[in-house]
Amino acid sequence: MGDYAYAYLTPAEVRFLDAAVERLIPTDELGPGGRDAGCACYIDRQLSSPWGSHGRNYRSGPWPEGTPEQGFQSRFTPAEIYRIAIREITDHCVARFEKPFDQLAAAKQEEILKALEKGEIELPSLSSKLFFDMLWRNTEEGYFADPMYGGNRDKVGWKLIGFPGVPSGAYREHLGNPALYNAEPISILDIQTRAVEPDANGFAKHVMIKREK
Amino acid sequence: MSAIKMKPVDAVVVGSGVVGSIMSMELANAGLKVLCLERGRMIDPKNDFVAPQVHDELKFDRHSDIFQNLSRETITFRNNSGQTALPMREMGSFKPGEMVGGTAAHWGGNARRFLPHDFELRSKIVERYGAGFLPEDATIQDWGVTWDEIEPYYDMFEQIYGVGGKAGNIEGEIQAGGNPHEGPRSREFPNPPTCRTPQGEIFAQAARELGYAPFQGPAAAMTRDFQNLYKVMMLECHRGGFCSSHVCSQGAKANPLSAVLPALYKQPDFELRPLCNVIRVNTDSTGRKATGVTYIDARGREVEQPADIVVLGTYCFNNTRLLLLSGIGTPYDPQSGRGVVGRNYSYQTGGRVHAFFDDREFNPFIGGGQVNTSIDELNGDVIDRGPLGFVGGAYINMPNPGASPIKSKQVPHGTPRWGGEWKKAVAQHYRRNLGVHIHGSCMSYKQHYLDLDPTYKDAYGLPLLRMTFDWHENERKMLTWMNEKCVEIAKAMKPSKIDVRPVPKKYSIIPYQSTHNIGGAVMGADPSTSVVNKYLQSWDVPNLFVVGGSSFPQNPAQGPTATIGMLACWAADGIKEVYLKKPGVSMV
Ligand SMILES: Cc1cc2nc3c(=O)[nH]c(=O)nc-3n(C[C@H](O)[C@H](O)[C@H](O)COP(=O)(O)OP(=O)(O)OC[C@H]3O[C@@H](n4cnc5c(N)ncnc54)[C@H](O)[C@@H]3O)c2cc1C
Ligand code: SF4
Repeated sequence: MGDYAYAYLTPAEVRFLDAAVERLIPTDELGPGGRDAGCACYIDRQLSSPWGSHGRNYRSGPWPEGTPEQGFQSRFTPAEIYRIAIREITDHCVARFEKPFDQLAAAKQEEILKALEKGEIELPSLSSKLFFDMLWRNTEEGYFADPMYGGNRDKVGWKLIGFPGVPSGAYREHLGNPALYNAEPISILDIQTRAVEPDANGFAKHVMIKREK
Repeated sequence: MSAIKMKPVDAVVVGSGVVGSIMSMELANAGLKVLCLERGRMIDPKNDFVAPQVHDELKFDRHSDIFQNLSRETITFRNNSGQTALPMREMGSFKPGEMVGGTAAHWGGNARRFLPHDFELRSKIVERYGAGFLPEDATIQDWGVTWDEIEPYYDMFEQIYGVGGKAGNIEGEIQAGGNPHEGPRSREFPNPPTCRTPQGEIFAQAARELGYAPFQGPAAAMTRDFQNLYKVMMLECHRGGFCSSHVCSQGAKANPLSAVLPALYKQPDFELRPLCNVIRVNTDSTGRKATGVTYIDARGREVEQPADIVVLGTYCFNNTRLLLLSGIGTPYDPQSGRGVVGRNYSYQTGGRVHAFFDDREFNPFIGGGQVNTSIDELNGDVIDRGPLGFVGGAYINMPNPGASPIKSKQVPHGTPRWGGEWKKAVAQHYRRNLGVHIHGSCMSYKQHYLDLDPTYKDAYGLPLLRMTFDWHENERKMLTWMNEKCVEIAKAMKPSKIDVRPVPKKYSIIPYQSTHNIGGAVMGADPSTSVVNKYLQSWDVPNLFVVGGSSFPQNPAQGPTATIGMLACWAADGIKEVYLKKPGVSMV
C-alpha cells in the first residue's frame, strides 16, 4: 500500500497481515480480497486508536483466564496482542518451514490460520485462538466499515453485498415497496472529501445501477 | 465529610435517561426546584449527531463513546456462585449509556406495553395452574400495581414519546389491525403505525395462514411530524437504518434528548449538572431519611448535594449498586433467601430462525430500529402453558432495523466462518434472508442476583457490581418450543432453506443480546420481598425513590422501556399527588 503511512505496524507485520487478510477474504471473481480492500491499513489505524490500547475497556487485574462465557480477560491490549502474536507466529513458521507466513503457499497459510483458529498452535505468550478471533473480527470490520477508516477501499465490501452506504432521504418512500433498490454506494468518506454532494439533510443522493445476480 | 457542600434543592434526580428526564420534568412542573446529576457529558444533539457522520456503524455500533466508559466502571460476571466473577472488560452482552440522555439516547425505539397479566404474574399463574407449576427456585412475584392503576401512565408515556401503532383493544373493544391481546387501552396511539415492509408482509401472510393476528409493533420513531405532550416537535423518521446503538440525527427517535430535555431546559427551576458521578445516597443518623447525595464532580472533587427528595434513575445496575454502596436496605443473601437489595435480577431471552431465499431479494438496509411486524399469540397468558410445562412466553416478530454491513450478514449453517466460500455466501445471502425473531421473557430465580464484588473496583476505588446469572431450565424449555413455532412460520414463508439458532446452554457475556437488564431493587407490596413499594418509594427511606428496570420483579417478553417510562410517570404522579401532601411518610 504505497499511499498509506503505517502509524503502528512494522513492515514485517504489514506483510504478515496483508497475507493473512487475503486468505481470510480472498480475491476472486466477486472482487478484491482483504489485501486490496486495505484491511491492514484499517487494522493499523484501529491499533493506533483508543480501541487498540483498550482505552475504554476495564484494565485492572487480577487477570485469571475465566470461563469462555466471561469474555476477554487478557492483560494485553489489542496493539500488544498483534505485536506479540505476529512475532510468535512468524517464529513458528520459520521453525517449521524456514519461511515467514507471508512467503508460504496459499494452502499452507490457510492451514496455519485454521490451526490458529482452533487454538492448535501453542504460542508462548497467548492463546492463538484469542489472536485469530481478533484478527478475523478486525478483518471483517476493515472490509465492511466506512472507507474513512482505511479499509473497504472503493467500497468493495458494500458492492459485494449490495449495501448502498449512507442512506437516502427517500428511503421512507421505499419502505413498503418491494421494488429492488440498487444504488452505487456512497460513503461518509465520499461526502467528507466532497467526491459527492449530500442533500440538505446530509443524506446520500443515490444513483441507481443495474446489479447482476 | 465532603469538601464542598452545595445549596439544597427540593429534589435531586440522579441520571438523565428515560427515568431521570421524565421525573425531572414532572417534578419541575409541580413547582419543585430540581437538580439532575448525570455522570456523562453534555450533549448538543444538533451538533454531536449529524448526518452523514451518524451513519457510521463502526463508530457508533461497535466502539461508541456514548456507551459507558468501562475503563472507569463495569460489572463483574459469573454464571453461578461457585465461580469467581470477572469483569466485563469490553462491551458485550449489553450497552449501558453514559451521557446526557442515557442509554435511552441510543435505544431501538420498540415501545411495547406489557400484558395486564404480567403485573400480577405470580397470582395469575397460581390461580390458573396451582403453586406447584412455578419453576424450581423461581422468585416470581406480583408488582404491587394492577393494569387499571397504571394504564393512564402508559398512555402518558406514549404521548411523550409519540409512539406510533394501531390499538388492538380500546376499553375492551377489540380493534381490527391492532394487537388483539394487548390490555385495554384508554385510547388510540398518538401516531399511526409504521408502514409494513415487504419482508413484514411475507411474515404477516405466513402468520395469518397459521391463524395468528399480525400487527405492526409500536414504534417510538415518529411516523409523522409530531408535537408531544411537552410541546416538543419531533420529525418523521426516514427509515435509513443506523438506528439502534446510534443517536438519530433527525430527532425522529423519541428519547430524552429529542422528547423531553428541550422542554425541561425551559423550566426556570431546573438545573442539569453533567460529569457528576454520584457515589452515595446520604442518610441522617436514623438511617430513615435521605439528606441528599454525594458525587464526584468533573474536577474530581467530592461534593455533597442536600435535597428533600432523592430519585435514582441510574439504570438497573447503578440503582442497585448505589443502594448497596449507601447501606440502604438489606442486601440479598442467596443462601438464606433473605434480604432484598440485589434480589430478582434477570435478563431478556431471545432467539432466531432464519429463512434463506434463492429467488427473492429484499432491501434489508431500509428500515429503522423499531420497524417490525409481530404476533402476540405466544406471549404470557395468551397461550395455555399448562401442557407445555413452562412459565413465560415471547412475542415473535420480523424486524427491519436496517441491516448494517458489519453485523448483519447472515449465512446458512455449515458455511465456513471465513475464506472464499464465506465470501460467496455473504454476497448471495445478505439481501436474501429473513429472520423470524423471538423476544422472550425471563423469570427470576433464587440463585440469580446482584451484589458488590469482593475484588474489582471502579475508578473511584468503590466495589463494582457483581452479577450472578445463567439461563434456567424453564427459559430453555420456553425457547425450544418457541423455536419450533418459528420454524412453522418460516416454513410457511416458503424459503429455500431454514436455519434454527440453537437455544444456548449457558448465558455468555460476550455477544450483544439486549440492554434489557432488570431487577435488583424490585417493587412490590411486601417489604420482605421488595425494595420499593408500588410508588417506587423505598420502604426504608421514604424520601428516596428508585425508578427503572431495577424495579421489575421478573422480565416479561417485551422490551422494558415503555414500562420504565410509564413507571417514571406513575412515580412522579405519586410524589405530586400523595407524597408532597405528607412529605417523609410512607405512601402505603
Ligand atoms: C442498543 C440498544 C437498543 C435498545 N432498544 C430498546 C428497544 O427497542 N426497546 C426497549 O424497550 N428498550 C430498548 N433498550 C433499552 C433502553 O435503552 C433502556 O431500557 C432505557 O434506556 C432505560 O432507561 P433508564 O432511564 O432506566 O436508564 P438510562 O437510559 O441508562 O439512563 C441512566 C442514566 O444514569 C446515568 N448514571 C448512571 N450511574 C450514575 C451515577 N452514579 N451518577 C450519575 N449518573 C449516573 C447514566 O450515565 C445514564 O445517563 C435498548 C438499549 C440499547 C443499548
Ligand atoms: S431510522 Fe428513523 S429513528 Fe432511526 S436513526 Fe433513522 S431517522 Fe432516526
